[in-house]
Amino acid sequence: MIETGQKPVLEARGIVKVFGQHRALDAVDFTALPGEVHALLGENGAGKSTLIKILTGAYQPDGGDLLLEGQPITLRDPLHGQTYGIGTVYQEVNLLPNRSVAENLFLGRQPTRFGLVKRREIEGQARALLARYGLDLDVRAELSEFSVAVQQIVAIARAVELSGKVLVLDEPTASLDRNEVERLFDVVRGLKAKGLAIIFITHFLDQVFALADRVTILRNGRKVATQPLSAVNTTDVVRMMLGKDLAFEHHPTSLSGGPQGAVRVEFKGLGRKGMTPFDLAVHEGEVVGVAGLLGSGRTEVARLMFGVDAAEGGTITVDGQPVTIRNPAQAVAAGFGFCPEDRKLDGIFGDLSVRENIIIALQAKLGWFKALNRDDQIELSGRYAEALDIRAADHDMPVKLLSGGNQQKVILARWLAIDPTFLILDEPTRGIDVGAHAEIVRTINRLREEGLALFVISSELDEVVAYSNRIVVMRDREMVAELHGDDIAPDVIVQSIAGTRAEVRP
Amino acid sequence: MTRPTVDLRPTTQPPRAPSRPITSLLVRPQVIALVAVLLVNWALFPGFFTITWQDGRLFGSLIDVLNRGAPVAILAIGMTAVIATKGVDLSVGAVMAISGAVAAVLVTSGVAAPVAVLVALGTGLLCGLWNGILVTVLDIQPIIATLVLMVAGRGLAQLVTEGYIVTFSDPLLIFIGTGSFLGLPMPVIIALVLMVAATLIVRRTALGLLIEAVGVNRSAARFAGLSANALLLIVYTFAGFCAAIAGLIVAGDIRGADANNAGLWLELDAILAVVIGGTSLMGGRFSIPMAVLGAMIIQAMNTGILISGFSPEFNLVVKSAVIIVILVLQSPLSARLLRRLPGTPK
Repeated sequence: MIETGQKPVLEARGIVKVFGQHRALDAVDFTALPGEVHALLGENGAGKSTLIKILTGAYQPDGGDLLLEGQPITLRDPLHGQTYGIGTVYQEVNLLPNRSVAENLFLGRQPTRFGLVKRREIEGQARALLARYGLDLDVRAELSEFSVAVQQIVAIARAVELSGKVLVLDEPTASLDRNEVERLFDVVRGLKAKGLAIIFITHFLDQVFALADRVTILRNGRKVATQPLSAVNTTDVVRMMLGKDLAFEHHPTSLSGGPQGAVRVEFKGLGRKGMTPFDLAVHEGEVVGVAGLLGSGRTEVARLMFGVDAAEGGTITVDGQPVTIRNPAQAVAAGFGFCPEDRKLDGIFGDLSVRENIIIALQAKLGWFKALNRDDQIELSGRYAEALDIRAADHDMPVKLLSGGNQQKVILARWLAIDPTFLILDEPTRGIDVGAHAEIVRTINRLREEGLALFVISSELDEVVAYSNRIVVMRDREMVAELHGDDIAPDVIVQSIAGTRAEVRP
Repeated sequence: MTRPTVDLRPTTQPPRAPSRPITSLLVRPQVIALVAVLLVNWALFPGFFTITWQDGRLFGSLIDVLNRGAPVAILAIGMTAVIATKGVDLSVGAVMAISGAVAAVLVTSGVAAPVAVLVALGTGLLCGLWNGILVTVLDIQPIIATLVLMVAGRGLAQLVTEGYIVTFSDPLLIFIGTGSFLGLPMPVIIALVLMVAATLIVRRTALGLLIEAVGVNRSAARFAGLSANALLLIVYTFAGFCAAIAGLIVAGDIRGADANNAGLWLELDAILAVVIGGTSLMGGRFSIPMAVLGAMIIQAMNTGILISGFSPEFNLVVKSAVIIVILVLQSPLSARLLRRLPGTPK
């Protein structure tokens, strides 16, 4: 257990990192003690990876200090960090799959004689080294012949050999099965007993509780808390990750009464490998909110609905008529719209104009030969830009010059232009400033009032609560609960995500 | 039931960008470059701008530039569309050789010339379709996918000609390469018609916008419901078609199909013409007429070096120097520098 007064190995004080106008980290403190596993938690965009990159030297902070055993240090790059004893193992094994295990362990520091690599010596040392991790394997075999778990352990062994004071594990368990995770945890516990400070990043809360001694939670670039895990439970952790400050009032009007309009879109048994099939009906004038942690399958559901990933079973009906959706073009033809989570990658056409970005989905739906002429385009983009208050100097400027909030509104406008029946929004307010944030929430409410059926995914609980008629809770790639009426409250959602609430199956 | 409509009130017009004055077209770096190259040619060879009328057609160095530049211009028309999708087609030179070989072998074996021409064009379409399938269905990077046909295509052409230079005296094929219409050489007429037709097709339909969208962001295009693969197939097939036309012209011009040399390295000139024309290799915005202008700049340089009496070895060096100048003029850096100049409107 952690003794008070123990000297931290690695300490970060008041770390600030700014990207453009976005403060990725704002005065974050972090300490890693010898002989502890310190979990770092937070949703996407919380600043986890930025903090890790600063701790390992991949980024330089714009403010604050790094101290190693009390001495201030400046890290130029990860290699430099390694010389100070800070090693990292990434989710994707960062080794050479087509070289032998031994070569991977000693790459860059092979014992040589007359400039020639002493292969036998390397192999002997590698065997001895891996034996300490409970691995007995042919070190001459190519690394790729072994399971990801073994590769992961080899990567850890290499990192510990090279550094030996602080070990950063960045989502090491993401692609491992249960037994492999246990094996990895044994290795980590062994290293902990040797006095290493281990920083552990994961999305799996149960693993945090199984392995870590302390947890630091980040949200929106700020540190929420650092707590010993003996003092908190899952619900507390989820609450800290998602936030509970009520910034938006729950809309009381007509929301509590349950769905009133007719069913617009119905999904039955939609599923695919690694995703439990689900049933869901969305009504006219209804917002179905989705809550769940990252990796719970929220985005996967949206992608299935929109045909980005083809479903392996199940049916979809729109206004009672069965439709086939095996790709996004078919989804658009069925009147679906989808604002994806990664706006820049999957949403905007950066070099095309605001006007073209707004009309593109309608144009795709109309086909190649029914071109919208310039006047139609100007009218459409003008109408939706006005309705959504898109602020652009003129509509012929490239959309990449707009702010994140305005870009999001452009994508929303693109879908409104096709007069959709069903709109899927995946994290519509991510990376958007506070003002635009509230506007998007208001827009969602307005669209619902105008009779649209919406499916909205968000990590911001107060936001989901503000516009949802119903909330679907997801965990482990399954819809585990559906919340109605008075249950639509941040506390209930947090308990439901954490799995500490008696569940009502949808 | 009634379909709920998202009724968001139409209101005021958005701010409208001022329409581009014609003068801005004339100060484009490509136009300036072409004028500069032509003036240099004129300085080296005072008779450069002299055009005469003989035997019902125009003659002169300027006409020669147009005529000689036509095959690359035709390739550039197809290449523009490919590059706009963030792709590239390295095989067009080889496809020229194939189409020329097919036409030559067919006419020499007694097939009617119109049929031979159609079969040659069809072969070009198939070659383009093959490239398109590699790029879409197999999802191979365009540069590698088209490299396959660039290498194999010349071999195919040699198989068709059985290793010989197949000469012919068919009047239709020779007319395509050397004939004239309304006083202009046929290659120029063909290039012009193709340029105007292609430009109208991409700009009057939604194809142009959709191609640009796929080039700017293929993933976003998919999410917006575009059939990116269908567009890519069309674009590569069109590039193959253009290459087949250019192959017919080159074969008609020398009255024979030379599988080894027809269209050799012309894919690089075509890519260059597109880039000089301002279409980015990163895909997106494209202009077919500007690419044709780029092809003319390249040919004007070639002709200039030939008539100036420099040895042809200088050609490549001078060409690269001029190209560097044009690319620097187009770069964001010089755009910034120009903006800083006092007296220029921003």
